[in-house]
Amino acid sequence: MIMDLAPAQIDKALARILPKVEKPGRYTGGELNQVVKDWDAISSRVALVFPDVYDLGMSNLGLAVLYDILNRQPDVLAERVFAPWPDMEAALRRDGIPLFSLETKHALRDFDLIGVSLPYETLYTNTLNLLDLGGVPLRAADRRRDDPVVIAGGHATYNPEPMAEFLDAFAIGEGEDLILEVVAAIRAWRESGQERAALHHSLARIWGVYVPSLYRAHYTEDGSLERTTALEPGIPARVIKRIVPQLPPPMTRFIVPYIDVTHNRVAVEIMRGCTRGCRFCQAGMITRPVRERSVDEIVDAIDEALRQTGYEEVALLSLSSSDFDEVLPLVRAVRQRFAGRHLNLSLPSLRIESFSVELMDLLQGESHRSGFTLAPEAATERMREIINKPVSTAQVLDTAREIYRHGWHTIKLYFMIGHPQETLEDVQAIADLCKQVLAVGREIVGGRAHVTAGVSTFVPKPHTPFQWVPCDTVEQIRAKQSLLKRSLRGPGLKLNWNHPEGTMLEAWLSRGDRRMGQVIEQAWRRGARFDAWQDHLRMDAWLAAFEATGLDPAFYTHRERPIDETLPWDHIDAGVRKAFLTEDYLWSLRGRTRVDCRERCFACGILPRFADLRRLNPGDVWECPEVRSPVRVPAEILTLTPA
Amino acid sequence: MRFTGHLDLHRTWERTFRRAALPLAYSAGFNPQPKINIGAALPLGCLSEGDLIDVWLESEVDPLQVESSLRLAAPPGIQVDEVRPIEPKEPVLQSVVRAAIFEAASPNLLSPDEMDHRIEALMQCEQLPRVRRSKSYDLRPLIEELRLDRATSKLWMRLVSREGATGRPEEVLDALGLDPTDFVIRRTGLVLSQPEVAPPPPPSP
Repeated sequence: MIMDLAPAQIDKALARILPKVEKPGRYTGGELNQVVKDWDAISSRVALVFPDVYDLGMSNLGLAVLYDILNRQPDVLAERVFAPWPDMEAALRRDGIPLFSLETKHALRDFDLIGVSLPYETLYTNTLNLLDLGGVPLRAADRRRDDPVVIAGGHATYNPEPMAEFLDAFAIGEGEDLILEVVAAIRAWRESGQERAALHHSLARIWGVYVPSLYRAHYTEDGSLERTTALEPGIPARVIKRIVPQLPPPMTRFIVPYIDVTHNRVAVEIMRGCTRGCRFCQAGMITRPVRERSVDEIVDAIDEALRQTGYEEVALLSLSSSDFDEVLPLVRAVRQRFAGRHLNLSLPSLRIESFSVELMDLLQGESHRSGFTLAPEAATERMREIINKPVSTAQVLDTAREIYRHGWHTIKLYFMIGHPQETLEDVQAIADLCKQVLAVGREIVGGRAHVTAGVSTFVPKPHTPFQWVPCDTVEQIRAKQSLLKRSLRGPGLKLNWNHPEGTMLEAWLSRGDRRMGQVIEQAWRRGARFDAWQDHLRMDAWLAAFEATGLDPAFYTHRERPIDETLPWDHIDAGVRKAFLTEDYLWSLRGRTRVDCRERCFACGILPRFADLRRLNPGDVWECPEVRSPVRVPAEILTLTPA
Repeated sequence: MRFTGHLDLHRTWERTFRRAALPLAYSAGFNPQPKINIGAALPLGCLSEGDLIDVWLESEVDPLQVESSLRLAAPPGIQVDEVRPIEPKEPVLQSVVRAAIFEAASPNLLSPDEMDHRIEALMQCEQLPRVRRSKSYDLRPLIEELRLDRATSKLWMRLVSREGATGRPEEVLDALGLDPTDFVIRRTGLVLSQPEVAPPPPPSP
């Protein structure tokens, strides 16, 4: 039983526990640049939760950005809470110590708002576990006036339904502005002394906030979803995602962990969104429109962040960095400004077709040891046309040649198996392409050439043109993987792959409806934790959970959904029209591709949806065409957007 | 800070110098490393004072300026006491450190008589064969001094600290039949073969 403990008591208990757990530095806080405010003097207290271990949570840029935004507010404090590793959880439960924040060691239940970051679905059981350990009632319906308000955001929440019962609200889309409106709404509600339902109503009026308790899912006789409806007039039928019309200045005050974490570096998001339109890519669909930061702004932010942190590495992040309009000037500017400072520059997510020899020249000398990563995603041109990543095999080989020539010995090639319409020949082609790349490498660097194939398994994601297609079965995945394992043997070749069980779980959770919440809770009660960690995944717990709830896992994953079926996430509006996704899906069946939408607008729906914002933010701020003619502003935005 | 491992502490110092905008020297080669030399590794969980590090800078900087920049740049948990220039020809720190002094305190210490009894028995052993990380070694020659300070109820020990022969306080506590995780251990100083800094004197028995 979790006790009600004050920070001083928690501190005292930690002094006893920490010497006995693995990596105690995960639980101490006190790092450089953490923000500690006077708890009693602040009216809005926010716990920012990343439901995985410290090492990962501290590497998450989104959480760092929100921490910075909230703590800049004089009357708000934000503190961090991460998932305890199983040994620490056991110690906390044994002694009844509540899960606590790193900054002031307050129990999770002491906060006004708990903001949970859900970038991917396999964090769901950890989220329940955190609430339970923090002394917070699991279900939103069971929380009372004085309990914290629990809100989640992040890419996984574009299908909020599986977690609907556990959260008071979801933040759909970008949180930079939204979070402050949520904090203000909670403060006003606390001052008003009204019941929790009143808060839910006021949250539902904020653009981008989805309050699941104000909606009901209706099912047909055969168990498929009929529709999701708002329960009251005045509650929007569809929740439109939130965006910031312009990216705010990058944050620079990174907390510097004492212990080594996954990414220990300055990270700057140089661009949001992607103009390429790969059909499997959820991020590319839901982060539109594409917005870039200026080179000057990025370089100044790096300078300031280095001053604040002393970090020796900078990562320039985006979905497709080589598509950043000013990528060459940017890399040149970083090189010049920080010359002689032993600074490592990392520029992940480079696209084969926009990646130039000049850029390679500029990156030469960076992370040669860790290898150079390219993501063809599929190995036949037919398959790449289906997924709309139309790169030719010749381009892949030419790029590989330049990479080896520029001093890299290892090339990592990322692929997916399980794409729609994939045959075993397409899978065999992955092995063949890897060997061709290796052969190119051998010509240039001889026996030192290496190729690592990272082959993950495709899961059709909500809000993408592939949202209707079924997943491969475990048997299909195994057959494809064993083909790869047989073919990708020999010196210089390495194959990384994912267990099919983890893929199934990801598919259930990302494609599930509201009933999936029961399964998540049951799996958690049966011990499921850290599902994203291959060696922690407890498939037995998940299968037993499906059994206990009477739901059929195959219903969610292996069924091709009719094009007119209501999907569990249809009432969430990501800006891209369903009609566009449908058309794009039909195009994929004919192998028809689309060019980069900077060249030609395909009317995905973003512009009409956010026409007023575009008109107010003209020019290069967005990659979309300008809106000149007066366009009818969607009524939802007019009523929901504060002036 | 207390749970920062040796390698992470190294990084912490590197970043402190970078924040202080001091011209930290890096090794040559493919993977340049900052030239920072920590006198003696600290066991995880130990507090420490009177630590020593050697650092090479690329150009000469006034020690007072180094000191004040470092004080501003140091993270919580690290306090910069003193900066002193050394001659390049002086031996590296690790070869000069001979021993380290530790104090161990616990809320549930045994009675002073029982402690004295156990310490005496331990010190009378000629050998203390132990296994740590599946390597066997003899702890006894690594203990130079061990006693209970009755005034403060702390265990006081001076342990050999040379490269390849390092006495670990938690091993000593374990050898005394005590649970090291019950103790707060503090390293209070290093003993040098060419004393630059006088180690704190042992408590009077």
